[in-house]
Amino acid sequence: MAKKEFSERSVVFRNFLREQREVFRGEKLSIAGLIIVGGFLMLAIIGPYIVPYDPYEAIVDQWGLVPADKTPSTDHWFGLTRFGYDVFSQTIVSSRTAVVVGIISAVMVVFVGANLGLISGYYGGWLDETIMRITDIAYGIPFLPMAIVLMTLLGRGVSNVIIVVVALFWRTTTRVIRAQVLTIKERPFIQAARVAGASDLRIIYRHIAPNVMPMAFLYVALAVGWAVIAEASISFLGFGDPDSVSWGQMIHFVFAAQMFREAWWWFLPPGLCIVLLVMSAFWIGLAYEKVVNPRLKIE
Amino acid sequence: MRGRYLFKRFLLMIVTLWVLLTIIFFLFRIMPTDPTALFIGASLHADSQKMMMEQFGLDKPKIEQYFIYMKNLFKGQFGISIRTNQQVLDMLRGKLWNTLFMMGTSMSMALFLGIVIGTILAWKRGTGIDTGGIAIFLALRSAPEFWLGMIVLLIFGYILQWFPIGLMLTPGRAYTGFFDKYFNWDFVYHLALPVFTMTIFYLATPMLVTRNSILDILHEDFIEMAHAKGLTNRRIMFRYALRNALLPVVTIAPLMLGFAIGGQVLLEKVYSWPGMGRELVEAVSSMDYPVVQAAFLFLGAIVIIGNFLADVLYSYLDPRVKVG
Repeated sequence: MAKKEFSERSVVFRNFLREQREVFRGEKLSIAGLIIVGGFLMLAIIGPYIVPYDPYEAIVDQWGLVPADKTPSTDHWFGLTRFGYDVFSQTIVSSRTAVVVGIISAVMVVFVGANLGLISGYYGGWLDETIMRITDIAYGIPFLPMAIVLMTLLGRGVSNVIIVVVALFWRTTTRVIRAQVLTIKERPFIQAARVAGASDLRIIYRHIAPNVMPMAFLYVALAVGWAVIAEASISFLGFGDPDSVSWGQMIHFVFAAQMFREAWWWFLPPGLCIVLLVMSAFWIGLAYEKVVNPRLKIE
Repeated sequence: MRGRYLFKRFLLMIVTLWVLLTIIFFLFRIMPTDPTALFIGASLHADSQKMMMEQFGLDKPKIEQYFIYMKNLFKGQFGISIRTNQQVLDMLRGKLWNTLFMMGTSMSMALFLGIVIGTILAWKRGTGIDTGGIAIFLALRSAPEFWLGMIVLLIFGYILQWFPIGLMLTPGRAYTGFFDKYFNWDFVYHLALPVFTMTIFYLATPMLVTRNSILDILHEDFIEMAHAKGLTNRRIMFRYALRNALLPVVTIAPLMLGFAIGGQVLLEKVYSWPGMGRELVEAVSSMDYPVVQAAFLFLGAIVIIGNFLADVLYSYLDPRVKVG
């Protein structure tokens, strides 16, 4: 029995991999997106060990003074910040904050959103009505204002950024997954499963869930982008984690020093990294969008 | 049928506003701070402090405070700012208009240009214009809005010096009243950069929705018929296809608004725009809770009322609509 269970799972996993390969076949932009996100993931893991300088420690000469010349040089590829930090090291180490916030919150957002959508769409009735009205109300809460208030109340840590993102972004996924479930549950194979005596949970997670997976993956990709931007925005406003460098925080300091006119080497790298990571996430989404909406393919 | 829908939708708006108010009330009271510090600045005169204690019932239990708080809100009493010792509503009234003018202008521009450019992309589908247009506007949409704003400011404000680098009116410029304040060239001149930033940032969403829904419609018979009649492409695109593709754009407008309120907060900081978002950030940073509560409520109300108006518009455009 245990063996059968195991082999069934490995088949499911192999099918899953084959499906994913099928999704990305011929999608150049999406594959590029996967590679770039993979690159940032690598940087997030090994970044702190390979950077030439400590991103949290100012570069000082023997008299304890920050060098006057902060422009990029062979020692400091991206130059120095006003306070003497090495911009290159800060940019690399910041990818950890972005990747952690982006991926963890995206997966959690879609986990919460998809489950609510599945339950709401499948059971219908008062449960559906309640979840949908809560979703409507959630749409009325302005994200960034709520985020800075919550960050002030909860404390300025990376984990609280994730909590805030999940608490406010589940609503979109819930709506779209529910809409899909509504059409899927009327299909004959669901009726057949019910006649065969499958339980509600089995129908939801065995028969309906696999069919909303492409949509869920699309929203994971989109949510990575939203979460990275959300984290950057919170940090830019000065409500991010003061103890870990992030791209948004770097731009916050550029702006606070009003040095984005002269110190382009300090201002551009963090912004370009955000653009690159967010764009790659959206590019990955394009592949799933074509699965979800096949008409986009015929052009 | 529509009457019933609109009534239900209106009730939902009221409930949403009420939930928002309740969230604000309890959020600020689960904090381990002294409740009186929420409303009363230490610099306030002793008599005024006592008056505030009574007005907000700060010595009473939380539930009772909640009803007093609601009652005060209906009377427009948000308390007194801890930083300035001014009535909160007097402080924020002007800022609300400043925010509304900036947001209203940029959202209308983004929707209008997005729809026009989206139609053109659908018309030129598969060509370099189509791919290039999508690539450019998606890249702009992926940039963090505050960073984009700083680049726009850098190029047009600092390097080319075509536009002012911040604020809403030239410092020292006197105005005689509401009309004079917002309907003059100085205001438009200051408004240009923030509106430009927001427009190019938010344009991608309506643009893509318009393009995709037109592509769906192009397979329909009536478009074929129009071609057979020998109508020009321009006429078919803008007169026939676009009209039928507008509905999905109305659907995404509220979603845009929800994102845009955050963008508003960010850009008000970048452009030192004296609006509600910047006020909120400053108030949160300096723990000025009466102002935080009120500013948060106003920003939420913009989203909630905007959502409501979009749904009302939708119900007029699409007679099939029903609650759900």
